[in-house]
Amino acid sequence: MNIITCIKQVPASSKVEVDPETGVLIRDGNNVKMNPYDLYALETAYQVKSMSEECRIHSVTMGPPSAKSVLEEALYMGSDEATLISDRRFAGADVLATAYTLSQLIEHIHDYELIICGKQTTDGDTAQVGPEIAEFLSIPHVPYVKEIIDVKDKTILVRSAYDDYDELVEVAFPCLITVEKGLNVPRLPSYKRRIEKQDYKIKTVTMRNLKDKNPDNYGLNGSPTQVDEIFPPTKRTDSIKIEGSSDELSKSIVEILQESRFL
Amino acid sequence: MGYIKINQEKITKEIAQELIDVCPFNAFDYIDSNLSVNSGCKICKICVKKGPVGTCELVEEKKEKIDKTKYKGIVVYIEQRNNIAHRVSWELIGKAKELALKTKEPVYAVVVGNNVSKIAEEALRFGVDKIYVYEDDIYEDFNVEIYTNVLSEFYDKHQVNIILFGGTAQGRSFAPRVAARLKTGLTADCTMLDITDEGDLLQIRPAFGGNIMAKINTPNHRPQLATIRYKMFNEPELITPNGEIVHEDSTNIKKETSIKLLETYEKPQVSDISDAEIIIALGRAFKKKKDLDLIEPLRKRLNAELACTRPLIENGWFDARKQIGLSGRTVKPKLIINLGISGAVQFIEGMKESELIISVNNDEHNKLFDISHYSIHGDIFEVLPKLNDLLDQIL
Ligand SMILES: Cc1cc2nc3c(=O)[nH]c(=O)nc-3n(C[C@H](O)[C@H](O)[C@H](O)COP(=O)(O)OP(=O)(O)OC[C@H]3O[C@@H](n4cnc5c(N)ncnc54)[C@H](O)[C@@H]3O)c2cc1C
Repeated sequence: MNIITCIKQVPASSKVEVDPETGVLIRDGNNVKMNPYDLYALETAYQVKSMSEECRIHSVTMGPPSAKSVLEEALYMGSDEATLISDRRFAGADVLATAYTLSQLIEHIHDYELIICGKQTTDGDTAQVGPEIAEFLSIPHVPYVKEIIDVKDKTILVRSAYDDYDELVEVAFPCLITVEKGLNVPRLPSYKRRIEKQDYKIKTVTMRNLKDKNPDNYGLNGSPTQVDEIFPPTKRTDSIKIEGSSDELSKSIVEILQESRFL
Repeated sequence: MGYIKINQEKITKEIAQELIDVCPFNAFDYIDSNLSVNSGCKICKICVKKGPVGTCELVEEKKEKIDKTKYKGIVVYIEQRNNIAHRVSWELIGKAKELALKTKEPVYAVVVGNNVSKIAEEALRFGVDKIYVYEDDIYEDFNVEIYTNVLSEFYDKHQVNIILFGGTAQGRSFAPRVAARLKTGLTADCTMLDITDEGDLLQIRPAFGGNIMAKINTPNHRPQLATIRYKMFNEPELITPNGEIVHEDSTNIKKETSIKLLETYEKPQVSDISDAEIIIALGRAFKKKKDLDLIEPLRKRLNAELACTRPLIENGWFDARKQIGLSGRTVKPKLIINLGISGAVQFIEGMKESELIISVNNDEHNKLFDISHYSIHGDIFEVLPKLNDLLDQIL
């Protein structure tokens, strides 16, 4: 069996703000990490591998050349292959263009039965890329998987978490699943794997390698949505600030609650 | 549409560094005296606006414009399960009616299922002009493959302008599938919707994982798709129905699927914070689970529901359904008391419509104070014990 895992590098800190004067985005440091949900996607892949014979895991990411480091992490955790898809023509891609690009990459890789994505990313938080990739590949998807029940010859049995209920479904390969946080305990990258993989060269794919080479379908050109403006969240002007000793503060709270008839 | 062009002759080492510093996405690479833009670029144009003058420009590529007059109607997808509509659907009809006043379009609903005539009648009472009904035995349970076929057939036939989906777990899995099928844009979890001067759907949501809101639109694709979380908008008032129920033919819709639903398990009910009138919300200031005892007297006294921020879900103290915020529940209580919460935009978007907001924090620059009616600047571990004493004294 061949498994593809889609992973992404995200900012390590969520401290991003807009300067209200200049409109410039301020990010707290340039540190990056692997999207936390993707750690579970990888661990799921390694577990499926342990449940089936002859399984290979191929991790892919779309991003700038520096995103290679997230693939190295995946290799040192247990992935067999890794491919970066990168091209400046991908700049400005929204969900549709991102999912399309990844689906083209997956068709380029060609051999796969199972694609595993994290449920969502911590920077975009849309949870849309997985289902859109599946649609572009014309394969089924199952979202929010919280447990892999069984891996059979031609199907996989999974349990998914919806708002007020869970579903047990059986889905035929090839298919895509997105996984919840906490369905397993992701392993750490290992020193042994690092030695094993030290001569491995991460593959790089650009638009020219893809079947669809029309630049209109990628990056900003291939993105139906457009960010017009960013702005800081609104503030209240009638906010009342209360300072003082804890005695005074607790008294104020009681007064407010009494005045508004909650006490 | 376009890309960022760098005027290389103006680039020195210092200018390159300035541009690298101004870019929030690390999208510049400076290698061998050559500055280039990598695929991290989001075309936010900050380098054009705030970088050294004349070094970067946005090259626009002209695209053929679609004829927007061909697309008419704001549609709400009615999510149903066991033949009961999810109430977010009604909230979206209310919003669709507001938007339609500006665009002068009809408001439609579409429902897929088996025996959903009750839902169709309900939709008319909420004021849609038409509800399109797709019924078949095979539509009994939601199936993302088959339902996508239905919605794509619906769009091909009716060429509507906007389709709104509830941001439920099901909707967030279904809408992207429809978007990719129709090769159009989709904005997830909008917290506000409006119409732009050009007549496009204006979609507002927190962005870039930070304390930032973004205005997003879909200028040259139809339909325009958005998901909206439950409780973001109000249900409209019921009217005497004057709309029409349209039964659609399903014979030509493909009904094959490779997803087999074997079993559903209902989760045990937890009291839903979405409907709570009084909420005490807890944040990361609570370091140990034992600390939660401190709020018990106040909770009992107010008969309040407890809710929390995401970190407290992540450390396993509360059921995920107790999380307030963009990736949790939206709440609109009469009173919310926030204890030790910093006010990340993702949290605020889930509670800012609360009628009375009281927040306690020992950092006076926390963001939650910006939207609170009363901002209590103090340490919860000192204020709460005193408050409990006071509560004991007053009857
Ligand atoms: C895409 C995305 C989606 C998200 N969705 C959600 C969501 O739906 N809901 C959500 O809650 N979060 C969400 N988050 C996380 C969010 O960004 C914040 O990290 C989170 O809300 C912070 O929780 P907090 O305020 O409890 O913790 P912190 O940010 O750590 O704040 C703790 C606060 O407590 C104060 N404090 C500490 N000690 C004391 C004391 N003794 N007395 C008084 N005050 C004290 C501190 O000053 C601080 O302001 C999301 C993040 C991302 C990136």
